[in-house]
Amino acid sequence: MAIGNARIETAPYRPGLRDRFGEWLDRETILGPAFVTPALLLLVFLVAYPFGMAIYLSLSNAFIGRPSHLIGLQNFINLWQSDAFRQTFQNAFVFTGLAVAFKVVLGIWLALLLNEQLWFKRLIRGAVLLPWVIPTALSTLGWWWMFNSLYSVVNWTGINLGIMDPPGPNWLGQKYYAMAAVVAVNVWRGLPFFAITILAGLVAIPKELYEAAHTDGAGPVARFWYVTLPLLSPVLAIVILFSTIFTFSDFNIVFVLTHGGPINSTHLFATLARQVGLETGRLGEGAAISLYLFPVLVMVVYAQLRFVRKRAY
Amino acid sequence: MLSRKLTKKLGMHVMLVPFLIFALFPFYHMTLTSLKQNRELYDRTAVPLLIRQGPTLEHYQKLITDTSFLTWTKNSLLVTILATTVSLVIGTVAAYALARLKFFGVGSFGTGIFVTYLVPTSLLFLPLAQVVNWLGLADSKWSLVVTYPTFLVPFCTWLLMGYFRTVPKEVEECAMVDGATRIQALVRIVLPIAVPGLVCAALFAFTLSWNEFIYALTFTSSSEEITASVGVTSELIRGDIYFWGQLMAGAVLGSVPIVILYVFFLDYYVSGLTAGAVK
Repeated sequence: MAIGNARIETAPYRPGLRDRFGEWLDRETILGPAFVTPALLLLVFLVAYPFGMAIYLSLSNAFIGRPSHLIGLQNFINLWQSDAFRQTFQNAFVFTGLAVAFKVVLGIWLALLLNEQLWFKRLIRGAVLLPWVIPTALSTLGWWWMFNSLYSVVNWTGINLGIMDPPGPNWLGQKYYAMAAVVAVNVWRGLPFFAITILAGLVAIPKELYEAAHTDGAGPVARFWYVTLPLLSPVLAIVILFSTIFTFSDFNIVFVLTHGGPINSTHLFATLARQVGLETGRLGEGAAISLYLFPVLVMVVYAQLRFVRKRAY
Repeated sequence: MLSRKLTKKLGMHVMLVPFLIFALFPFYHMTLTSLKQNRELYDRTAVPLLIRQGPTLEHYQKLITDTSFLTWTKNSLLVTILATTVSLVIGTVAAYALARLKFFGVGSFGTGIFVTYLVPTSLLFLPLAQVVNWLGLADSKWSLVVTYPTFLVPFCTWLLMGYFRTVPKEVEECAMVDGATRIQALVRIVLPIAVPGLVCAALFAFTLSWNEFIYALTFTSSSEEITASVGVTSELIRGDIYFWGQLMAGAVLGSVPIVILYVFFLDYYVSGLTAGAVK
């Protein structure tokens, strides 16, 4: 900057308006705010403002197409008295806990396999990542068909392999099976993210550490436990935090596969919020249900900022 | 006799097989179903894993002639391309400012972007629906062009900030010593170096908006305005009778644009996936 200013000072001509505007815009204290303004406006009007509105709605008796007024915490009290909500609250934790646990274990396993010398390495990675890029709503339709009560290919295979007794479970019509199905599809979709990210973490572990452990007499299990896992923990922490918030707030899979049924046994906050807020029109109550996602978001953000990212942003 | 090394290598591949079947079987089964004749599709004694009675394109043909599938796809393309372009421009300048410039509030803006990056779409869809109504965009695909940047901009900004930081400051400073303004240095020096990052951000933004479901489902409903995901999941299911062949054909065709991009840019997807989360 100093050099730029010096050049202008010794310039033999008076800079024109356009040049002076350019010079003014070139200052960091002007250009910085100018560059972030569009993003800032977007965040203020379409994220922060709706968030404030969510809080207002959750404290009001808003109903689609009717004027509303504040009723305090009545929506939250009503929710706790409703069986559907209590069931949803429980489902959300069961669903997230199971899905994230499976994704972590299978993700580490798959990443370890992908880290080996393989034929068709690129092709295999491409295949593994595919479920993550295909539109979830559409691929879940495929799963819906695979779990169909009459034509389930899962049951056909199970019966023919002798694992299941005919006719096999009615996946989407029975409480625990429906939850298992929803978790399975979430694991199917989320596993690539875990595997590929953990693989990146694995590649970054220096080979010398394994060689040193090997000379000290550590077997494969000990090497995994005392070298791989500790060095992988920062990556694992980030992946788990990310996945927790997005699994907890999942909508697509449950909406397409079960619509929250049978008898609310697979409803998550997002699907129940939609049903209550839009299908029955109780907007205030729907907004209150959505807001239950907020504490989880706060915890994840806090953990990310406090423990994982040492930098300010 | 096989050497130990080769046996180990073979063993690794065998252990990968269950993962590959898990990942790919749903797509195989969807495609297969979409190509089967109804006679075989609804025959409970037939083997569901194969086509024995000859394939047919009937479901695809009916999907295109009897439903508004092409309109939904056009809507998806329009929304996706516009939202991606807008978000990429806004995200690029914001990321550059965050990575390079020092000004009042830059730290808190960075934190704000990061927090928004983590906000799930299902948290705000109800109040956003009200905002969309006030803007007069209820049941219009333009509501999606306006709202998709709320999750695309934080994503692009975050990803590109990482890329801009890897461009050495000296390159840019050289250009400015030679008399270029900061904007010229950005356009002529930094952006060309950051092309891989821009491609990556564009691909992910495209994929995220093509795959978006809850906003599209909430803000649009009429057949002329909905996107492919919403059209296939809502309009092809009529009452209790499901046209499975057509439904699977819709799911397959609705995924085609993403699959094409994916095949050509696989490496960008792999690097972007890890960069977005880890950097």
